[in-house]
Amino acid sequence: MTLLPAQTERKLGLAIDLDICVGCHACVINCKEWNTSNYGAALSDIDAYGEAPAGTFLNRIHTYEVKPPEGIAQTVHFPKSCLHCEDAPCVTVCPTGASYKRVEDGIVLVNETSCIGCGLCAWACPYGARELDAKEGVMKKCTLCVDRIYNENLPEIDREPACVRTCPANARHFGDFADPDSNVSKMSAERGGMALMSEQGTKPVNRYLPPRPKTAPASGDIDILAPFLEPIAEEPKGLLGWLDKALEQI
Amino acid sequence: MNQPKINTSPEVSDEIRRTTCYMCACRCGINVHMKDGKVKYIEGNRDHPVNRGVLCAKGSAGIMQHYSPARLRAPLKRVGERGSGEFEEISWDEAYDIAAGWLGPIRETDQRKLAFFTGRDQSQSFTSWWAQQFGTPNYAAHGGFCSVNMAAGGIYTMGGAFWEFGQPDWERTKMFMIFGVAEDHDSNPIKLGLSRLKERGAKIVGVNPVRSGYNAVADEWVAITPGTDGLFILAMVHELLKAGKVDLSYLARYTNCSQLVNCDPNSDSHGLFLRDADGKELVVDRATGKLEPFDKAGVTPDMGRDYTAEDGTLYRPVFALIAEKYLSDDYKPENVAERCGIPAEQIKRLAAELARTAFEEEIVLDREWTDFRGVKHDKMIGRPVACHAMRGISAHSNGFQTCRAIHLLQILLGSVEVPGGFRFKPPYPKPTTAHPKPHCKVTPGKPLNGPHLGFVQGPEDLAIDGDGNPIRIDKAYTWENPMSSHGLMHMVISNAYAGDPYKIDTLFMYMANMSWNSSMNTRGVMEMLSDKDENGDYVIPHIIYSDAYSSEMVAYADLVLPDTTYLERHDCISLLDRPICEAEAAADSIRWPVVEPDRDVKGFQTMLVELGVKLGLPGFVDEAGNAVFKDYADYMVNHQRRPGVGPLAGWRNEDGSGQGRGDVNPKQIEKYIENGGFWISHIPDEAQFYKPWNKGYQDWAVERGIFDAPQPYVFTPYVETMQKFRLAAQGKGDIQPPDHLRDHIEQAMDPLPVWWQPFEEAGVSTQDYPLHALTQRPMAMYHSWGSQNAWLRQIHGRNPLYVPRKVWDDHGFREGDWAKLTSHHGEITVPVVLMEALNDKTVWTWNAIGKRKGAWALGENAPETTKGFLLNHLIHELLPPKGDGLRWSNSDPITGQAAWYDLRVRISRTEAPADASSKPDLGSQESPVGRGPQDIAYEV
Amino acid sequence: MHPAPSVIAFTALSGLGFGYLFFLSLGTPELTGWPAFWAYLVAFGLSVGGLVSSTFHLGNPQRAWRAFSQWRSSWLSREGVVSVAALCVMGLYAAAAVFLGKVYPVLGFIGAFLCLGTVICTAMIYTQLKTVPRWNQPMTPILFLLFSLTGGAMLAGQIALALGLIAVLSAAQLFHWVVGDQRLAESGSSIETATGLGNIGDVRLLEPPHTGPNYLLHEMAFKVGRKHRSRLRAITMATAGALPFLILLLMPWSILAILLALVLHMVGLLASRWLFFAEAEHVQAFYYDKL
Ligand SMILES: Nc1nc2c(c(=O)[nH]1)N[C@H]1C(S)=C(S)[C@@H](COP(=O)(O)OP(=O)(O)OC[C@H]3O[C@@H](n4cnc5c(=O)[nH]c(N)nc54)[C@H](O)[C@@H]3O)O[C@H]1N2
Ligand SMILES: Nc1nc2c(c(=O)[nH]1)N[C@H]1C(S)=C(S)[C@@H](COP(=O)(O)OP(=O)(O)OC[C@H]3O[C@@H](n4cnc5c(=O)[nH]c(N)nc54)[C@H](O)[C@@H]3O)O[C@H]1N2
Ligand code: SF4
Ligand code: SF4
Ligand code: SF4
Ligand code: SF4
Ligand code: SF4
Ligand SMILES: [Mo]
Repeated sequence: MTLLPAQTERKLGLAIDLDICVGCHACVINCKEWNTSNYGAALSDIDAYGEAPAGTFLNRIHTYEVKPPEGIAQTVHFPKSCLHCEDAPCVTVCPTGASYKRVEDGIVLVNETSCIGCGLCAWACPYGARELDAKEGVMKKCTLCVDRIYNENLPEIDREPACVRTCPANARHFGDFADPDSNVSKMSAERGGMALMSEQGTKPVNRYLPPRPKTAPASGDIDILAPFLEPIAEEPKGLLGWLDKALEQI
Repeated sequence: MNQPKINTSPEVSDEIRRTTCYMCACRCGINVHMKDGKVKYIEGNRDHPVNRGVLCAKGSAGIMQHYSPARLRAPLKRVGERGSGEFEEISWDEAYDIAAGWLGPIRETDQRKLAFFTGRDQSQSFTSWWAQQFGTPNYAAHGGFCSVNMAAGGIYTMGGAFWEFGQPDWERTKMFMIFGVAEDHDSNPIKLGLSRLKERGAKIVGVNPVRSGYNAVADEWVAITPGTDGLFILAMVHELLKAGKVDLSYLARYTNCSQLVNCDPNSDSHGLFLRDADGKELVVDRATGKLEPFDKAGVTPDMGRDYTAEDGTLYRPVFALIAEKYLSDDYKPENVAERCGIPAEQIKRLAAELARTAFEEEIVLDREWTDFRGVKHDKMIGRPVACHAMRGISAHSNGFQTCRAIHLLQILLGSVEVPGGFRFKPPYPKPTTAHPKPHCKVTPGKPLNGPHLGFVQGPEDLAIDGDGNPIRIDKAYTWENPMSSHGLMHMVISNAYAGDPYKIDTLFMYMANMSWNSSMNTRGVMEMLSDKDENGDYVIPHIIYSDAYSSEMVAYADLVLPDTTYLERHDCISLLDRPICEAEAAADSIRWPVVEPDRDVKGFQTMLVELGVKLGLPGFVDEAGNAVFKDYADYMVNHQRRPGVGPLAGWRNEDGSGQGRGDVNPKQIEKYIENGGFWISHIPDEAQFYKPWNKGYQDWAVERGIFDAPQPYVFTPYVETMQKFRLAAQGKGDIQPPDHLRDHIEQAMDPLPVWWQPFEEAGVSTQDYPLHALTQRPMAMYHSWGSQNAWLRQIHGRNPLYVPRKVWDDHGFREGDWAKLTSHHGEITVPVVLMEALNDKTVWTWNAIGKRKGAWALGENAPETTKGFLLNHLIHELLPPKGDGLRWSNSDPITGQAAWYDLRVRISRTEAPADASSKPDLGSQESPVGRGPQDIAYEV
Repeated sequence: MHPAPSVIAFTALSGLGFGYLFFLSLGTPELTGWPAFWAYLVAFGLSVGGLVSSTFHLGNPQRAWRAFSQWRSSWLSREGVVSVAALCVMGLYAAAAVFLGKVYPVLGFIGAFLCLGTVICTAMIYTQLKTVPRWNQPMTPILFLLFSLTGGAMLAGQIALALGLIAVLSAAQLFHWVVGDQRLAESGSSIETATGLGNIGDVRLLEPPHTGPNYLLHEMAFKVGRKHRSRLRAITMATAGALPFLILLLMPWSILAILLALVLHMVGLLASRWLFFAEAEHVQAFYYDKL
């Protein structure tokens, strides 16, 4: 049923920290590994060992270079998976009802048994978060690991998305954005969490925590620090003289 | 709304088997989820000390490696020419017969004819023992071309180094400097650590020509020009000394800064320490002004006063020499800035930040401890500054001294082995004197006289015969590279081919892709491996190689011994070699077959056990000639290196009570498996810092079997051993270097850290070769072996050359362009990509993405074989001729470490090749395992 | 966007077919018996053929029936429902005309309404997508409608009307391009808003997430060269508009003339549709720095 719920009881999603993401792709592969054997059909890899391998992934890491008007460029690693939008166009365009947004937690899912693989939802997504599986002909997307987060067969502590559990840099955080006191809401508030392409009106749930400001090579605070380099000696003799006195103190 | 009902609690797996990852050398703990007998999902083990639950991309792609189409299936006998890849599968019996047929006679006559080198070996305490029992002097693993500078530089300077030897105090450090690291071996721990630093608001400074990965997230990037870190670091040392921002009491007590150096240039012991009758280094006691052994109870060493002996010889404390050396204008930031490509003010500011952090943000822990002089301390003082470094520092011809410079910096700040500083992991700290010396005495039919690798203390320990000829095939421990503690695997093939120092009969290698990404001058090495002499015989008569997959090197072997995958075998990550300890705990771990092999393959170590039995090697057979161990698992449990100390430290004694020490326990492996595949024993609080000088730690280490007796020592920023080689170079002493090496040694063997211009740069015209060319480790690829992985190869299927803005504009490059990259040795044609955040004298690419056609079971036109390329074609193991009639090796003159990153190149724009493929194309090899399937959709 | 033949055929042919049906339903011309049979054969052939070809790009065509369920929210679903309704109503209308020789205007009017409805629904599938700014403009349904009517008019032999429609269509096509060329900029989306990094500086892709191809690049990062595009635009204007117009204006009216004009017009229609997809930029391509 492709009408969107008026609102959802919870808004589960990810807070992704661009300040610490080192671009290691661990989340990408662990996501693939978990999801190829769990919810829905396997994630295929076409021409797996050949000239143009093309597989289905639910999460991808882009690497950007950002050049400030003046000063040196910086490199930013940028993970991207479904943002579980509140106004998810991918859902409303779906002719079959395969795409839907869950009332209880806001997770956007594809019910593969009724998906005809028309691809319209992928066209409707501004973020490139949906990939049609070439082998199964059904639409694939991040499930927010709906088969992990409530899974009673997993220990409590592991009931979080695979990508979050595996991220070595702890750059991915999972939680309920509807609850202002949740880890992700707080983090997002503190760090000025960003909604991507807000002009597209999709109201994404996932938030991106921007990179913290960097120190420039010739940054001003040398004056504040200068005292620490106050010379006690220009040449060895002087230093050893000072040393002798200094050693008395200890 | 009615929405589909979905099962949110599906069954995850039938069983979880906990073992150790081996998609790289980091050795993380993994939970392998099994379903219907197949591997369904691999995740990190939360209890494991190394990765604490996380898992990197490679580890997560383990399934694709385990079921890789490139897996070897049975022993292979070469039927075509070397390099062709034409083989027939044979039985293990036949394989062992062939091997024994070659090795048996060698053992009885001259074991030097076997060169046994074991690549990225995690069982070196075992493989070296095998080689020792066989009796060949020619054994080492890959350390010589990897990062021996890092290891040796640290161990000679302070009894430990980075990576497995130590770690920053992630929980307390407030300023962290990371030099020349793209990924490193401790992949996950570094990432876990960096995120802790960020959470705590500590400052991270990345020193690297390239701003990617860790350097991208660093708060500050130092865009250094390759090969100049030594200058940059010593310039900071200059600033700190000038401002007196050094930890005097730390230096006086815990380092040899207070030891007295003979300053009479004419003396035979010039530059050596003043010692007492029983050889103890002497210091002046501040209290009494008298000479005392440095470690005597109650002594407070003075490092401010010279001492003149009765005979008038002047002795000066090391600290005076340090001050003298580094206060020189050569190290003024203004004087190094241009060469380093770093503004002087940035160097000064960083020095100031180090000083502020170390001394204003001092950490004090209320933990009592007693030092080796018996002095009780009620506090532990911490200087929250820590460094880490890897191959960007070590893979240069000045790498050893640059590593030492970093340690000198840390030591002057008093930040090693203190809260917030850099900390050692057991079995380190461990001074060179507590390590064995190298052994190389060959007796036909008998074992070697001791362990191959170790730490020389002077010319008397070199592996040379009476005439000064190298005893080892790799020329380790010779005057060309006296302190080559890890051997020189990268010289083995070229030396064996040249018959210099002598010809060998059999080259036996394991887990090293030497005919491809692992070698400099790849084409040359391929030729040496397949070249024949005048009688039509191969110049290197026999080659045995053990690999698990269809690599490039497999094609060059006469006999291929197929290993299992890491999920199918027993392994032990032992305290006897490269452990997985933490700064606050000793730990070791195992691998065990979580899946049984479905092919006719065996674990390599088990092969060695069986081969050892067949050859009747002592230790492998008893007097009666019966096998002592039935396989490697049996060895892991029953072998004892020293009484009560074996490969595995955990659950020793029948009842499992022994920690580190104890009798054999037949149930030991079961215990490890129950515990998740690892053992860990925590260091008591009062023993966690100041380890080299801390009685508490020393005693704990003895209990755990790490040492047999306490062995406190002081750090040695001044390395006397190096001065001994210098004296020899000056003609002093009776073991003398060849004349052509005297200046070389004199310059290199400075007992205090120095910087010199990288050799290749000095050897070529920088007008002709204006650029530095580097490689970086991709986080999601492991050298050559990741390309067979259907998931990982989609992330790195080919590699461009990254070019800085200035070069890009100067040459008028446009998107999609190709370039010719030329070095003194070779030329490659490759695609280019613009990178802004890159030192403007540097180009770089990802390492080891390029593959040879036919290898790794990849299909025709796999991008790795058409677009991908290796920088190795440009790098040569020898420097360009200097005109002195000699060929100098492209390595560090102290350790022989391969100087990969000294490479100099020139770039030019060129037409895209007609076939849109990178050049050169080194032909193709048959695949002994066929090609991978078309499409896959893995599901269990 | 990837110009998939199936989708081009679907929109072009069904549009033409429903355009023809529209005129037939209004009794222009009013046909019965055999002439009606042949006319409806062509009309249904085009419309049904188009609809069928639209299923060729489905991953799971066997489930296509499910697409009728979501008419409340989905233009694609609505298109399905309305087209089938149109075909049923016109089926009856046609049957009556062919076999009973009778014409029921009421049925005709309903049919006419549904035929145009179908064409509008088809257009709305694309028009609704904010992610493809070039499509996301009022001119899109108008253009689809005009193509449908123009072609229909020619098939129905309504020459005078056709001449007028061709003129309007040509103007509409030009206008759609002029507006379309501005849309991406107007959308406000950019690599900076896509990454949220704009406040730091200019953003460019350094490394793609994968070195090989994938679904997103294949479907939504298609690029046409500038030269190629202007050549095709010229061809479109000439074949869809100018030439048929001149033929119908200058040549004596005859089946042959009409056929010739029609064939040329269809070439233009296909060229226009190819461009409609190939020129369309999808904002997700900002992540790959392909715009
Ligand atoms: N240009 C350039 N070249 C470099 C470097 C560089 O930075 N730049 N780095 C150098 C360094 S530091 C190193 S360490 C080398 C690394 O290069 P190598 O030591 O060659 O390492 P790999 O290519 O990863 O793998 C070696 C072989 O181990 C095999 N292997 C993998 N798993 C197993 C197993 O379980 N059992 C067995 N028996 N074999 C297995 C693989 O199939 C492969 O053939 O490269 C060196 N080469
Ligand atoms: N994912 C993954 N992990 C690996 C490996 C792998 O292949 N893949 N390989 C393993 C092996 S064998 C090893 S040896 C380690 C090596 O670990 P690293 O040392 O991290 O590996 P490299 O890629 O050689 O990184 C060298 C870094 O130093 C920089 N650099 C080069 N020259 C200089 C210089 O003069 N000064 C400074 N400051 N920086 C410089 C380069 O830009 C690069 O970032 O990684 C291990 N871990
Ligand atoms: S695992 Fe974490 S650090 Fe690595 S790419 Fe993903 S988000 Fe970034
Ligand atoms: S990110 Fe894309 S797929 Fe996910 S909900 Fe938003 S629009 Fe739909
Ligand atoms: S591809 Fe599947 S989910 Fe997406 S719109 Fe079509 S039917 Fe719905
Ligand atoms: S939440 Fe689950 S499905 Fe979504 S990206 Fe992370 S791992 Fe993949
Ligand atoms: S770092 Fe990755 S590949 Fe290496 S051992 Fe750990 S999980 Fe395995
Ligand atoms: Mo290495």
